[in-house]
Amino acid sequence: MAWPDESSSMNARTIPIIAADSSRQRKREAPKGRVVDSAALDEVRALLGSAPRARDQLIEHLHRLQDHFGHLSARHLAALAREMKLAQTEVYEVATFYHHFDVVLEGAAKPQTLTVRVCDGLSCEMAGARGLLARLPSLLGQDVRVIAAPCIGRCEQAPAVAVGQQAVPAATVEAVAAQVRLGGATSAPTGFIDRATYEARGGYRLLGQCIAGEYTVESVIKTMEDSGLRGLGGAGFPAGRKWRIVRNEVAPRLMAVNIDEGEPGTFKDRVYLERDPHRFLEGLLIAAWAVGIAKVYIYLRDEYHGCRAMLEAELAKLRAQPPYPGVPELILRRGAGAYICGEESAMLESIEGKRGLPRLRPPYVAQVGLFGRPTLEHNFETLYWVREILERGSEWFASHGRHGRKGLRSFSVSGRVKRPGLKLAPAGITVRELIDEHCGGMLEGHALYGYLPGGASGGILPASLGDIPLDFDTLQPYGCFIGSAAVIVLSDKDTAVAAARNMMRFFAHESCGQCTPCRNGTAKASALIDQAKWDLPLLADLSTVMRDASICGLGQAAPNPVDCVIKYFAQELA
Amino acid sequence: MNAITRKEAAALDVPTVKFELNGRDVSGRANQTIIEIADREGVAIPRLCYKPGLEEVGNCRACVVEIAGERVLAPSCCRRPTEGMKVTTDSERAIKSQRLVLELLLADMPEREYTRHNEVDQWAAKLGVGKPRFAARVQPAQDLSHPAIAVNLEACIQCTRCLRACRDEQVNDVIGLAFRGEHAKIVFDMDDPMGASTCVACGECVQACPTGALMPAREVALTLPDKQVESLCPFCGVGCQLTYNVKDNKILFVEGRDGPANQGRLCVKGRYGFDYAHHPQRLTQPLIRRKDAPPKRGDFVMDPTRVMDIFREASWEEAIAFAGGGLREIRDRHGKKALAGFGSAKGSNEEAYLFQKLVRTGFGSNNVDHCTRLCHASSVVALLEGIGSGAVSNPVMDVTQAEVVILIGANPTVNHPVAATFIKNAIRAGTQLIVLDPRRSDLSRMAHRFLQFKPDTDVALLNAMMNVIVNEGLVDEAFIASRTVGYEALRQNVAGYTPEAMAPICGIDADTLRYVARLYATSKASMILWGMGVSQHVHGTDNARCLIALSLMTGQIGRPGTGLHPLRGQNNVQGASDAGLIPMMLPDYQHVTKPEVRARFESAWKLAPGTLDAEAGLTVVEVMHAIKQGTIRGMYVQGENPAMSDPDANHARESLAALEHLVVQDIFLTETAYLADVILPAGAFPEKTGTFTNTDRLVQMGRQAIDPPGDARQDLWIIEQIANQLGCGWNYGHVSEVFDEMRHTMPSIAGITWERLQRDHAVTYPCENEGDPGISVVFTDHFPREDGKARFVPADIIPANERPDVEYPMVLITGRQLEHWHTGSMTRRASVLDAIEPDPTALIHPLDLSAMGAVPGDVVTIASRRGSVSLYARADDGTPRGAVFVPFCYYEAAINKLTNAALDPFAKIPEFKYCAIRVERGGQAPQQGSFGGGQMLAAAAAVR
Repeated sequence: MAWPDESSSMNARTIPIIAADSSRQRKREAPKGRVVDSAALDEVRALLGSAPRARDQLIEHLHRLQDHFGHLSARHLAALAREMKLAQTEVYEVATFYHHFDVVLEGAAKPQTLTVRVCDGLSCEMAGARGLLARLPSLLGQDVRVIAAPCIGRCEQAPAVAVGQQAVPAATVEAVAAQVRLGGATSAPTGFIDRATYEARGGYRLLGQCIAGEYTVESVIKTMEDSGLRGLGGAGFPAGRKWRIVRNEVAPRLMAVNIDEGEPGTFKDRVYLERDPHRFLEGLLIAAWAVGIAKVYIYLRDEYHGCRAMLEAELAKLRAQPPYPGVPELILRRGAGAYICGEESAMLESIEGKRGLPRLRPPYVAQVGLFGRPTLEHNFETLYWVREILERGSEWFASHGRHGRKGLRSFSVSGRVKRPGLKLAPAGITVRELIDEHCGGMLEGHALYGYLPGGASGGILPASLGDIPLDFDTLQPYGCFIGSAAVIVLSDKDTAVAAARNMMRFFAHESCGQCTPCRNGTAKASALIDQAKWDLPLLADLSTVMRDASICGLGQAAPNPVDCVIKYFAQELA
Repeated sequence: MNAITRKEAAALDVPTVKFELNGRDVSGRANQTIIEIADREGVAIPRLCYKPGLEEVGNCRACVVEIAGERVLAPSCCRRPTEGMKVTTDSERAIKSQRLVLELLLADMPEREYTRHNEVDQWAAKLGVGKPRFAARVQPAQDLSHPAIAVNLEACIQCTRCLRACRDEQVNDVIGLAFRGEHAKIVFDMDDPMGASTCVACGECVQACPTGALMPAREVALTLPDKQVESLCPFCGVGCQLTYNVKDNKILFVEGRDGPANQGRLCVKGRYGFDYAHHPQRLTQPLIRRKDAPPKRGDFVMDPTRVMDIFREASWEEAIAFAGGGLREIRDRHGKKALAGFGSAKGSNEEAYLFQKLVRTGFGSNNVDHCTRLCHASSVVALLEGIGSGAVSNPVMDVTQAEVVILIGANPTVNHPVAATFIKNAIRAGTQLIVLDPRRSDLSRMAHRFLQFKPDTDVALLNAMMNVIVNEGLVDEAFIASRTVGYEALRQNVAGYTPEAMAPICGIDADTLRYVARLYATSKASMILWGMGVSQHVHGTDNARCLIALSLMTGQIGRPGTGLHPLRGQNNVQGASDAGLIPMMLPDYQHVTKPEVRARFESAWKLAPGTLDAEAGLTVVEVMHAIKQGTIRGMYVQGENPAMSDPDANHARESLAALEHLVVQDIFLTETAYLADVILPAGAFPEKTGTFTNTDRLVQMGRQAIDPPGDARQDLWIIEQIANQLGCGWNYGHVSEVFDEMRHTMPSIAGITWERLQRDHAVTYPCENEGDPGISVVFTDHFPREDGKARFVPADIIPANERPDVEYPMVLITGRQLEHWHTGSMTRRASVLDAIEPDPTALIHPLDLSAMGAVPGDVVTIASRRGSVSLYARADDGTPRGAVFVPFCYYEAAINKLTNAALDPFAKIPEFKYCAIRVERGGQAPQQGSFGGGQMLAAAAAVR
């Protein structure tokens, strides 16, 4: 009697799929649950190739399937689970967490092959996203799926649309239709400073000097501390101090870089990345050297398809010709459409291949981070400044500033200004100065009515408070914060109520669903403020519990727009 | 009761911190949570997602408290105090958030009550939260697709207690939390109906749910029980403690209890398999075979609803006189050896003890055996020979202390489900599991290595591993020298079994064999667990000898996390063996051939010297042959069903039919009882009190929860009546008197008193003196053999008795399935279990199935040289090509008609795991009678 081994069955006939039901006949046919279809298993194996099957690869593998098949069928998910030795539900719960995965169960309709995502972030909504959403479906026909998407990080190009993996700036129905005809494939940005150019301009020399011992770790960390550079993802933790803390933890230490730039209104990281990726990578490698990092994970939001293509190529160059021997392994990970993964601990969960649920702290990420290891986590831009600070000295960075504040800030300005975009300006600048000096003033026919100083979660301030310095710590007394310095400018053609509704809809859409105050709170708040008349005492109670009892910053900050409307724009509620 | 656990010990080293709780100075260990300390201090903090024993997740936020100096509130279920911390649980700010969290959840609660214990309602009432001011969510639909569990997601608060129970505790990995935000949803597999999912219905999620979102189906748990009885699970050898919730003499539902072997966990059988006791086909009156009944035949088809065609009711007086009188007559006419008795591994220790005492003193021979012969006899023979004791060296729970666990020929997720959960917990905590099995079982998904070796090649595989260990110098020389004898012969024997030579035989490549051998030999603690895939072969004893040698040569025995653990099949197979239900041994494995042993028992039992038979009795299969030969003429069978469970069942049935006088004591009309001359209606497990010994050597107390139906009687009483018919002159009062007699004849349990069992529910043996704690890990410094040393016994390859050939080209493997137990007489009458698995199926690889032109679900006919059955083909790619697996619990497709009665020469265990068969598409669909096929719940659904 021959006993064929398992692998030989791979090439054999297909086994029919057995639909999941609980009838008596079904029980006779197969063991409990969804049967793994051998054809699907073959397809999954072919697609995964020699890629590792470790748990943390789950989201990467889901992308492979989604990109290839245009959706995630139950049979492929079941096969992927078998292949990765995961339970089917572990695959399913991750796949359904991220907006960019289209799970299609047995009998359900597949999505169209091409998806058009119309950004309905506040800036894009103000610039006409609703109109696009209304007109595009009939224009593009049944073969194209048109959906609203949360902020895609192109607010300066509002209204922004993504056709497949290709962005359409300042979108019109015609421009979108034209891109649809092209098919929406990814195209990497052009005109950026590639490795050769970067090195020709003196790039990676500083890193070489660090490795060669011309700088001591201590001196580098000291410079970073003295510069006063704070984390530019929004939380503002002093960068140098973070290096020192993580360096003192037990090895192996890991690094996680956050380019999940998802705060509505924010696009600074993308703009810098599209211009000068190696400046960021050199900063990253210096940080890794100073802190003693074994492995670096870079988490890039999925919406930045072009950047990903470019960064992958540039990272490949670094791997092929490392700037110094023993450079830590650099791994690029792809988000999948989840604002919450910009939260530092949720991002770690996502890198580990899980649902992006923020972790409870303590323990802090510096101590127990990625894969349970001490982890240095940084926003892209924080690392982007490392080279310049070290080259020009801590005083250089601190010498900037206005109204008593120190340093430079990269403002992402959008909304009703003449020239929206990334504005490098002194910390402490006021919104009026920012508009007048950097943005060419308000749009014709628009007067400053209010502004959001820190994206969706930083609150809304009225024009009457247009002269307060914009920086870390300056806005707290007003119930706001600067966060990632995403400034959205409202004019007399806008209302704060509409802005708050947009924001709360966003938060409800993006809440991870883990904790009651945020999961239920954002949904209930959104419903309450959609009413013509606001129930102010109830909203106040809701705000309290969300601020005080939510696990992470999303839930804690979500009431900000609502509270600001009540506080500064009461006339709209009358 | 038990020794301090490692976890508890570790906790002792943690520093104590002083902090302020609501203005009071308190102290606690730094690894305790604030809520734990608050509970101790009598400070009530609301909590929903928190459940002791489950991982802390802090997602409900009902337990938030104020900590001085912190920006936001902290979840007291996840935070540990630090020195000087100021914690306020009842400040206006904390209370406000606690109340609002409850209000937010309450807003989404349904009007309808699903449970008598809705924790949201309870805390809301305590905190005075009134009618919620928020609008409710859009409610999800109810899912009633599962026979055992109702899914009422409208009461779900996403606390994930069910998910953690399923994923972290039971590690069944069925429940997930899918989607996000307010759409976050508890799902089964891929949001499938629970009844269509991979759910194994352990019910841990139901036990964990705080709101009734997961509840026992048909609202049985909404009834207030009038008593709760602390007892045990009647099924497998794991020995789970449980609570029967009883109303009006009827078991409503069952809950897990915190026993040493289960820590509150149960499986589908334990939790939902109890209502067989209330089945209408219970025997309630003694029955005597009618004079006008048709003659007994082996090839009968029976219908339990037409029992009166064959039998007539009798009084207990008449039945006992008839039963005992018939036996007495045969004994007196044909001699003591003309009788035999089969006791049961399902009965209590006291029943087993009295049964063997009856046979030995009433019948006058050692012709007493039970189904351990069919499951682990070979393991026991090898263990007694090699290390001097037939029981396990370490409890299952020791897997949590092992670095490497080898699991061979066992499928614990099916056969020992709760033990499997602890294995899975250990894997999650870092233990490396090596699964060796021809079938790919569920555990192989989590295994570090899975070696799907060819059936029947255990010795080749294990000898190759030992060859590696010897050749690479990985043996524990010191252990071999000081603790063992016979190593040299073993070393020479395995020399020829190189991995390269064995690889083509066992189907595992040499590198893998080397890797696994090294891993096992070099880990700090390696443990071996095995099941009947090892024991049920003609070389079952040799298989076990190899496992023993493997552990001895590497010194992987005698310490926590090491050792040998044959997973015992039935709830009291350990205890029944201990109590002497085996033909060679008196209680406590004292050999009948030894004069001093017999003398001791003759004295203890107040018998004349020389009364006890000095010759070992016949084993189960030997008894069947002896009946055919005319040497055995009368039998007393208590709670066993050899007509279903014995190999070559047609032959066994012919033998039983040929008996002059057959007395069967059971709770249902089994296939064996159908051939009886008199049937004595006995008590089901929950109808009696007694002690039971689990696979870990843990003696536990089972307590009566309900009364036997009609005129059914407890087994102990019946055995005593029969004994007295045979002149034993017994007069036992309470069951505790039997236990007391036992412990005075059995040194290993001598220290266990009835009172202690009453108090502690469980005590591990050996426990030789009253007050001893009981020893869970044995052989730490000696083995109970001569000189205290273990013995190596070499083994060579012996092929299966019947190999596949042209006529019968495939191999039959028999065993059990999760929902059904043994011959199915109980579980197929348990409504939920029958609904989940209603029909007989044969597990066949999908490619083999398509090769025979069949599709999944088709009827196929399986034939061996001894018989054939038809049943449904279930496609299962975990079954190896060329093999078919069939559970033996289905009367309408009794697979033991096909199995081979060939015996292991040492242990006399039959080869259930291997015989040659032919499988063809087609045949008559299995004909179900008055039970099975999901009839009970179908009827219940029709009534509703």
